[in-house]
Order: sequence, then C-alpha cells, then structure tokens
Amino acid sequence: MILIIEQILNGLQYGVMLFLLAAGLTLIFGIMGVINLAHGSLYMVGAYAGTWFAALTGSFWLGLPAALIAAALAGAALELLVIRRLYHRSHLDQVLATFAIILIANESITLLFGRQPVFTLLPEAFSGSVELLPGLFYPAYRLLIIVAGLLVALGLSLLITRTRIGMLVRAGATNREMVRVMGVDIRMLYTAVFGLGALLAGLAGYLTGPISAVQVGMGEHILLPAFVVVVIGGTGSIRGAFVAGITLGVIDTCLRAFLPDLLNLMMPVAQADALGLGISSMGIYLLMAIVLLIRPKGLFPVGAT
Amino acid sequence: MRQPVAILLALVVLAVLPTLAAWAGSPATVPLATRILIYGIAAASLNFALGYGGMISFGHAAFFGIGGYVVAILFTHWFNEAPIFGLIPGTNQLLITLPLAIVVSGLFAAAIGALSLRTGGVQFIMITLAFAQMLFFLFVSLKAYGGEDGLSMRRPDAFLGLNLRDRPTMYYLTLVITVLFFAGLRRLVRSSFGTVLDGIRQNERRMEALGIATYRHKLFAFILSGMGVGMAGALMANAMRYVSPDMMHWSRSGELMIMVILGGTGTLLGPLYGAAALLLLETWLAGWTEHWSLGEGLVLLAVVMFSRGGLIALLRRRT
Repeated sequence: MILIIEQILNGLQYGVMLFLLAAGLTLIFGIMGVINLAHGSLYMVGAYAGTWFAALTGSFWLGLPAALIAAALAGAALELLVIRRLYHRSHLDQVLATFAIILIANESITLLFGRQPVFTLLPEAFSGSVELLPGLFYPAYRLLIIVAGLLVALGLSLLITRTRIGMLVRAGATNREMVRVMGVDIRMLYTAVFGLGALLAGLAGYLTGPISAVQVGMGEHILLPAFVVVVIGGTGSIRGAFVAGITLGVIDTCLRAFLPDLLNLMMPVAQADALGLGISSMGIYLLMAIVLLIRPKGLFPVGAT
Repeated sequence: MRQPVAILLALVVLAVLPTLAAWAGSPATVPLATRILIYGIAAASLNFALGYGGMISFGHAAFFGIGGYVVAILFTHWFNEAPIFGLIPGTNQLLITLPLAIVVSGLFAAAIGALSLRTGGVQFIMITLAFAQMLFFLFVSLKAYGGEDGLSMRRPDAFLGLNLRDRPTMYYLTLVITVLFFAGLRRLVRSSFGTVLDGIRQNERRMEALGIATYRHKLFAFILSGMGVGMAGALMANAMRYVSPDMMHWSRSGELMIMVILGGTGTLLGPLYGAAALLLLETWLAGWTEHWSLGEGLVLLAVVMFSRGGLIALLRRRT
C-alpha cells in the first residue's frame, strides 16, 4: 500500500513537470499555431543556467531566478529571431526549423559545458524526508516540486481566467484573426506568451536538476511526452494540459513501477523487465492514439481554428 | 530535351563512380554513395505521402526499421536454423526477404494509416509519431532480437550468386533498384491516381464533392509510401549488415523530412538531392569538427528560413 502511494506521488511529481512544459507548448500552439520542438531546449537552457549559477554562488535559491531569466531570454530571442518568421509557414517548415534549433542548442551546450552530466545541489532545507503517513516517508524535495507545480497551475489558471492578458490569450486561442481585427497588438502578445512558456520550461528544467542529471538531450526526453499531453488535453487548453499531464504522469510512473513485477509472474525476470519497460514506454503513446481516435481534438478542445 | 540528357549524364557518372573512387584511392566513397541512394529512396517514398499527398507523417522511420528488421530477423532464424515460432523457416534469399520486407511494411502502413487518417493537421503529425514511438519501444524491449543493441547479420543476403559484401557490388545492386524505383515513382505520380492525389492535397473538400473517395486514395498513397520506405530499410540492413531500434527513432523520421524539404517537397528527384546534400554535409562536417551537428543545424535553419522549394528550386532558377 505504501509502495503504491509512493509511486502515485512520484507520478504526481512527473505529471507536474509534464504540465509545466505542456502549458507553454499548448499556449504557443493554441495561440500562434506554431509547433515548437525547441521547447525542450528551453527546458535544458533553464537547467544548465540555473545549475551553473547555483554552483557559482553555492545557493540553490539563487540558481532559480538565473534559470528563469535565462530561459525567458532564450525564449524571447528565439521568438524574435526565428519563430516570428514561421507563423505563416506550414507545420512542416515549423517542425524543421525548430528541429534545427534543437541541434544547435544541444551542440552549443556541449561546447560550453561538455558532455558529462552536471548535478544540481539539493537545497539543504529540503534534503530530508517527510513522514506523510505513519511509515510513509517521502523526500521533501519532491513534495516541493509537487507543491510548486500546483501553485503555478493555480496562478496560470487565475492569469488566464481573471486578467486582461488572460482574456486576450483565450481569445487568441479561439480565433486568432478576430483578435487581430479588434486592434490588439498581437505581436506583443505572441512574444509575451512565448516568453511565459519559456519561463515555465526553464522552471521545470531547473527543478528537475537535483532529481535527474542535467545533460544534453534531456529536453528531447521530456519533449515527446509533453507533446502527448498537449494533444490529449486538447491544443490551447491549459486545463486540458493540467488534467492530461497529471494523469499521464501517474499512469506512466505506475506502469514503469509495477508492470515488470506483474509480468514476472508469467515469465523470467530478465524478459519481464525488458518487456515491462517496453510496454510502459509505449503506454502514453497508446493512450494518445486511443484518445485521438475517439476525440480527434483532444479531451478539452478549444474553439475552432 | 535538356533534362533527359542531364539525367543520362548523371547515370553515367553514377555507373563509373566505383571505378573513379578506386582510381582516386578513396574507399569510403562507395559505401557513402550506397547510403545516399538508399536514403534517397526512403525520402522519395516519404515525399509521395508528404509532398504529393499532403500527409505530414512524423513516423515514417518506423517503416524503415520494419523493413530492416524483416531482413535481419529472417536472416537470424535462417542462420540459427530455428524457424520463427517453430513454423516459418528463416531465409537469406534477397529475392524473398526484399519483397517480404515491402509487404510487411505495407501491412504496418495500412494499419497505422487507416487509424491516423481519421485525424488531420497537427493531430495527424502527432499520431503518426505516436505509432512510430510505440514500434520503437517495442523493438527496444524485444530482447530476443537484440533489444536496444540491435541485431547484426554475419553476411548480407544471397542474391543470384553475387557477393553483396563486396561494396561496389552492393552499390550497383542499389543503383539498379534506385533507377527502377524512380522510374516506377515517375509513372505513379503521372498516373490518374497521382493526379487525384495532387487534387486532394490542394483541396480535399472539392475532390470529395467531385465524388472521389478521398480517404481511400490517401490511405492507398500512405501504404505505397510506407512500402517504399520499408524497401529502403531492407536495403540498408543488407548494406550495413546491422539493424537497431535507432532506425525507428523519431529523429530519424525528422531526418527523412529534412531530406525531403532540403531537396524540394513534391518533386520527383528532389528528395534524392536532399539525401545527398544532407549526408555529404554530415560527412564533410564530421571530418572537420566533432561538433558537426552545430553546423548542420545552422545550415538547416538557413535553408528553412530563406529558401522556398529546396535545392531543386535553386537548380531550376539557375537554368
């Protein structure tokens, strides 16, 4: 029982990460109609910049603003220099241009930091465990990630539903042309949304540092699951990204944790491990295929584009 | 009149390439040229779905891998003299493995296409990617066929007593298949089926109004495209004598798309030029610096941002 709760919490933590990335992706896609494969690179930039600054100053908390600023700046630069020219191009051109950005970003980071993974130091206050239930100890840092992610989700939903910018964002996701016709400076909105998405990606990248290694290619690892979240949740929908992110995070983690043992009841350990890992890696893609076949626009479709 | 002459000239150059390479003392040229031709077939097949049919598939590497795995799996069973499931004997005859690889990738393309084509736009891109990822992870988990490490073949398949291990021989076989493939593709594109497909890409609703079953046409084109990529995968397995899940990785699908765009979407020979350009660029940069993918990224970005219609458009503008 304790094992199950622990894995669900792990899943929650992974789901929150997915949400932080998917929120940016889904806004960028919903509002600008751009498929941004380079979103994982912003995640990587945030992780590296934060880790570097944290190592320099010796403080985890000083690394955090560094990660956010670096990712947001990189995002804004990306939007101004490249993405801005792609709004009216086909999805194909967008996929290719952002694919090229991945190559450039990965290799630049390799040039700057080398190929060895880097480790972020854990903040001291959160290095221990917390006893959630009698007998259930859970790392405090992972709890911090979950709480931070939920707070960001709350903040985003307030931003989207209660503010003027949020209104423009919703309007943009529903009907881009109409917003432009109403006299809104859509270019400012685009850069702002892109910067916000980059900021969230940077946050996710930095927070994940102490748990898994910061290394080149970390962005691509999480990019595809984040895209799956966007598509399942319905492109442009923050709520969809949240629901799908948490669900997928929990499902994926639980499959990985329990499937090999279940298969082990039927076959030898080595085979069960390999097959279990394979099937659980397939899990989220299978889920996406099923959702798309039943609801081609995702679970929470936004308007018509 | 000029184009046939140019193509004839190119064929003559390709035909004497191994001799030239031997004379120039550069043994790496022939395997590189073989890879370019194979990737050219794969990219041109993808282009049939993508450029002519307007179906942006981000999962065509799956068929590449399947074609390769059919060859390697049949070879392994033949080599170990252990029939598949104790029933189907393995084989190393190219005349059996190559058509079988084409058929099996066609079957996979039929299943994936039939489901994926019920969506459109970004959802289509993502669902094809999802299916390819599923196959990728499936083969990663198949320990019986090497799992992540892949499967190597002791020898290439046997074909009419030719020694395919000899690099020029493999090259000539690939060249012949490439020429036949592009001749067939040219006929297909210019057939009434190709015209209908072109119409669907331009305006699907209008074609439907004309009474054409667009779903069926698109599905058929998707299957043909998958078969072509599968054939390329089977050839690649023979040329490299090695297959791995890496052949199905999503970045491989991206590479195939890059070749198509680089050469020119919706053109017959463009993808072949694109494959040549990308592989030559990679080889050249890799010989120059370890950080070659930085240069490749910059070149790609420049091509996408500043050129419309790829290399073939550049060539046409010059002449």
